[in-house]
This record gives sequence, C-alpha cells and structure tokens, in this order.
Amino acid sequence: MFKVLRDLLRYNREFLFGTLLILIILGLVVASFFAPYDEMMTYAVIPDMPPGPEYWLGTNSRGQDMFWQLAASMRNTLMFGLVVAIISRIIAIVVGLVSGYVGGKTDQIIMAFNDTLGALPNIPILLLLVFVMRDQMTWGVLALTAALLGWTHDSRLIRSAALSLRTREFTRHAAFSGMRTGQVLFREHLPYVMPIVFFTTMNNLIWAIGLEVTLSILGFSDINRPTIGGMIYWANAHSAMVAGIWWWIAVPMLAVVILFLGLFLLAMSVNEYIDPRSRLARMGA
Amino acid sequence: MNGYLNYVAKRFGQFVFVVVTGVTLSFLIAHFSPVDPVEQTVSLLTNFGATDPRTVEVLRQSLRELYGTDGSLISQYFLFWGRVLRGDFGPSLSAFPTPVMTIIGRALPWTIGLLTLATLISWVIGNLLGAIAGYFRNSRAIKLVGLFVMALQPIPTYITGLTLLIVFGFLWPILPISGGAQLNLTPAASWAYISSVIQYGTLPALTLVLVGMGGWFVSMRSLVSNIVTDDYVVYAELAGVPSRTVFSQYVARNAMLPQVTGLALSLGNVFGGAVIVEFIFNYPGIGKLMIAGIYAGDYSLVLGVTTFSVIAVATAVFLIDILYPLIDPRVKLG
Repeated sequence: MFKVLRDLLRYNREFLFGTLLILIILGLVVASFFAPYDEMMTYAVIPDMPPGPEYWLGTNSRGQDMFWQLAASMRNTLMFGLVVAIISRIIAIVVGLVSGYVGGKTDQIIMAFNDTLGALPNIPILLLLVFVMRDQMTWGVLALTAALLGWTHDSRLIRSAALSLRTREFTRHAAFSGMRTGQVLFREHLPYVMPIVFFTTMNNLIWAIGLEVTLSILGFSDINRPTIGGMIYWANAHSAMVAGIWWWIAVPMLAVVILFLGLFLLAMSVNEYIDPRSRLARMGA
Repeated sequence: MNGYLNYVAKRFGQFVFVVVTGVTLSFLIAHFSPVDPVEQTVSLLTNFGATDPRTVEVLRQSLRELYGTDGSLISQYFLFWGRVLRGDFGPSLSAFPTPVMTIIGRALPWTIGLLTLATLISWVIGNLLGAIAGYFRNSRAIKLVGLFVMALQPIPTYITGLTLLIVFGFLWPILPISGGAQLNLTPAASWAYISSVIQYGTLPALTLVLVGMGGWFVSMRSLVSNIVTDDYVVYAELAGVPSRTVFSQYVARNAMLPQVTGLALSLGNVFGGAVIVEFIFNYPGIGKLMIAGIYAGDYSLVLGVTTFSVIAVATAVFLIDILYPLIDPRVKLG
C-alpha cells in the first residue's frame, strides 16, 4: 500500500499535484480546531477589512475573520461529504453484492428499483424535501437524504463485478464448505470489489460536496453553520460584489476550486492506476 | 419489428415505474410537510381586517377541495393521481389564483430551449474532443485541452456560473446576466427578439456546456482508446486507409453509440444543473420558478414543479431509449 503511494507520488504528476491541493485543504481543517473564537460568532473582528498582514484573507461584513471562517467551513463541508460517501458506500456495497450473488428474479427486481431511483432527478426531489422540512432541515438529515439518493450508479458497478465472482471456483468452494451467504459476500467477495469502492468514493465525495455547496448557496441548509456554500450565501445576502468586498466571494470560490481540483486529480490518477489498460498504455505497451 | 415492439413495451414499463415512484415520493414528502397550504392561504386572505368566522369556515372547506387535502391518506393519494393525470396542480399561492399549470406552461419553453441546446452542444463538443483525444493519444496540445475540459467538470455548476457572471457581467460587461430576453421587447418572431433571446441565453448555456462536456469527454476518450486497439482498426491502418477515414468511419462512429444511452442517463443530472443555472442568471424557466416558489412558501407551485419535472425527465429518457435501436442496429431487441 505504501509502496503504491510512493510510486504514485514519484511517477504520476497528477497524483502529486492532487495530493498537494488536498494537503492545503487538510491543513485548513486542522487549523479550524485552533480558531481563536467560536465559528458561529459574529462581530468578533473589525468588519470589511481587506486581505492584509493582520487578517490574511480579510474580514466580512458580519465581522468574521475569513481565514477562520474558511477553516471551519472546510471542516463542516468535508464532514458532510464524508458522511454521505460512507453511508451511500455501505448501501451500494450491500445492494450490489447481494444482487450480483443471488441473481435471477431477485437481482432483476433489485436492479429495477435501483434504476428507477437512479432515473429520478435528484435536485427537484431534494428541493421539495428542503421546502417541506424548512427549519427542521439539519445537515444530518440532508446528508442522509443525499446518501439515499447517491448510491444507485455505484451499486450497479459493484453488482456487475459480483456477477462474475459468483461463477468463480472459490465461491463454489466457500458455499460448499458451509459458509453462510453473508460470510461469502463479506469475506470472499468484498475484497475483490474494494478497488471499485475506493474509486467511486472519490466521485461520490465530489458529488456530495457539490450538492451541499449548491444547496447552502441557495440558503437551503442551516445557514448559521459555516460551510463553503454558506459563505457564498451570506456574501450574496450582503451584496458583497456590489459593495466591493470581493474577497468575501473570491475566498470560498477559490477554496471550492482547490478542493474539487484536488479530489478530481486524485480520483483520476487512482482510477488510472486501478485500470490495467491505462497502466499498460502509460508503460508504453 | 416484433422485437422492437417488445423492446418499446419493456421500456414503457420502466417509464411507468419511474413515474409512479417519483409521483408517490413527491406526494409522500409533501404530505408529511408541516406546511398546510389551506391554512396558509386562509391566513393570507384574512390578513387584512377581521373576517366573519363562518366565511372563514366556508373558505377553508372550498380551499380543501381545491388543494385536495380532504379525506384519508389513501383517498388523497388517488385524488392526487387524478390531478396529476389531468395536469391540475391547483392554484399558485404566490400568484393566486393563477393555476400552477399555467405558470409552468409559461416557463417551460425557456427551460426546454436552454436544456436542449446546451445538452446537444456539450454532447457534440465533449464527444468530438474525447474522440480526438482517444485517437491521437500522444499529442501534447490535445492532452492539455483534455485536462482543462476534465478539470471543469467536477466543479459545481454554481461556481462555474458565478465565475462567468462575474467575468462577463462585472469585469468585462459584454453579455446580459439576468433574465430571458430584453424586457421592452414583445415575444414575436422578429429578429430583434430572437437575437435578444440568444444574447441572454449565452451565459446560462455556456455554463451548462462547460460543466457538461467533461463527462462526455472522459467516457468517449476511454471508449475510443479501447476501440483503437481492436483488430479491425489495426487492419485498416495497416491496409493504408487514411487516418482521417479510420478516425471518422471506423472509430468515432462505433464509439458514439453508447454515448446516446449515456445521454438518456444523464438527463436527470443535467436538469438539476439547469435549475441552478436558471437561478444564477434569473432565467425565466422551471428551475427559477421552483426556487422562487420555495422562497415564497408556495406549496402547490413547488409540489407541481417537482412532480412535473420528474415526469418530464422520465419522458425524455423514455423517448431517447426508444429511438436508440433505430440508430444502433447492434442493440439486442427482445
């Protein structure tokens, strides 16, 4: 595992660059634990100060230091993405493995349900839910909903891998030696689909964070809890662009670009590593 | 032909299944809402001055019938289906008493126009670039273009849109950033109106194209780079077929077909992106309508738009699906 990482860092420029970008983000997340004041607090510092030696990224009209605000936002936004990714990964793995292993009619029914859920447009349904829940809409509920919507594509990928594992020799051995279905899936099949799971996690993370950013920019999440989208929401609410406080918009936007570019580069290079065909192409075969 | 009918029937079953699930989900979410549209309207109408309690009671009764919130859960559910099939989502609250369907009908052409154009453009550009990148794998310039195209794709639609808005609206103001057409022009088939629509649509469409083409690029590139190593392509190259012909007739044509299926699968996501884009650029389509409805607390409008868009997306997917075998003769019918 470490050797793989070292090789990727040494020979894959995208991976190196992505790692650096994500390290910046992680540095921010760590910094957020050393914030001098509470992240929810307003009017803690002088408002509307441009970026300078005292306030690195400036301060906003709500009297918050942009640096600490950004750090806390990054932590919360990443947290959201991770929760969504973990929950939806669990669903995708269970559905994919079971559907692929059991096969037949059960597989058909599960996949029909899977495709139906995947065909529904997410944004309108999430917006309806947000509308209905109003103030009861916490980030936890939002994360759970996003997780429930975001697994269908990946479970299909996992199922197609499981489908081929089902007919392999070792599966038959395991079944004949008296392993229960759960054990076969968990102990024998799961390791095989793990590369797919890792790869889809990156994409799911990107999707979930994008969703969170979008919904909080529209003001459809807990607006007092600092998030990247929430920062842009408040900047819009105070007409920061018109008022000339450009750093209020620029800082979160730049952070989003760094975060997404980093995640994307990592996902791409890991995918390239996992896919043997592109690995061969890289070696010049 | 029989095989094709079977295929269509199967797809139609899937379509019905998606619509039923979507409508049921919308109904259930709306039903367990703490917002009661009837009480909301009553308080809106009785806001000004005291009203006779008996009048309020009559009002409440007729509003319940109007919104279909009478009776048990099951009967409400079937009532809701009846309304969906008739295309009647009740009156809008924020524009009382205009029916929701009328408002949707007004916004629909904008969204359909924007979505169709942007999706087609991004599909064509993304696939073309992807095919070139997959075929000429060793060109540095193409690699650079590819990296740029792919890097744009994961960035949320809102960020891309806002960047374009700031660049072309504030820093270098050459394009209109808000609305669907110049307000003082009446909709007509005149050149002035059409060119205004195109001008106003440029930035929203550009946002959707920039965000959308990366996905096509990636999948097309990998499809093409798989095909390039196929025997028949190698044979054609060795036989001296010009590389331009190999590219367009042998490689790109075969790789393009799965991308049509991808088009159907991506529509739901594209629609979500359009909702956001319309909000940023204040574009008078379905998405802006929905977000405005949420801000205004307009229950029937939000429920109507959600249900409608679920059905519309499912219909579009179904149409692409049934057209697909007509393009690809290899698809297994049955």
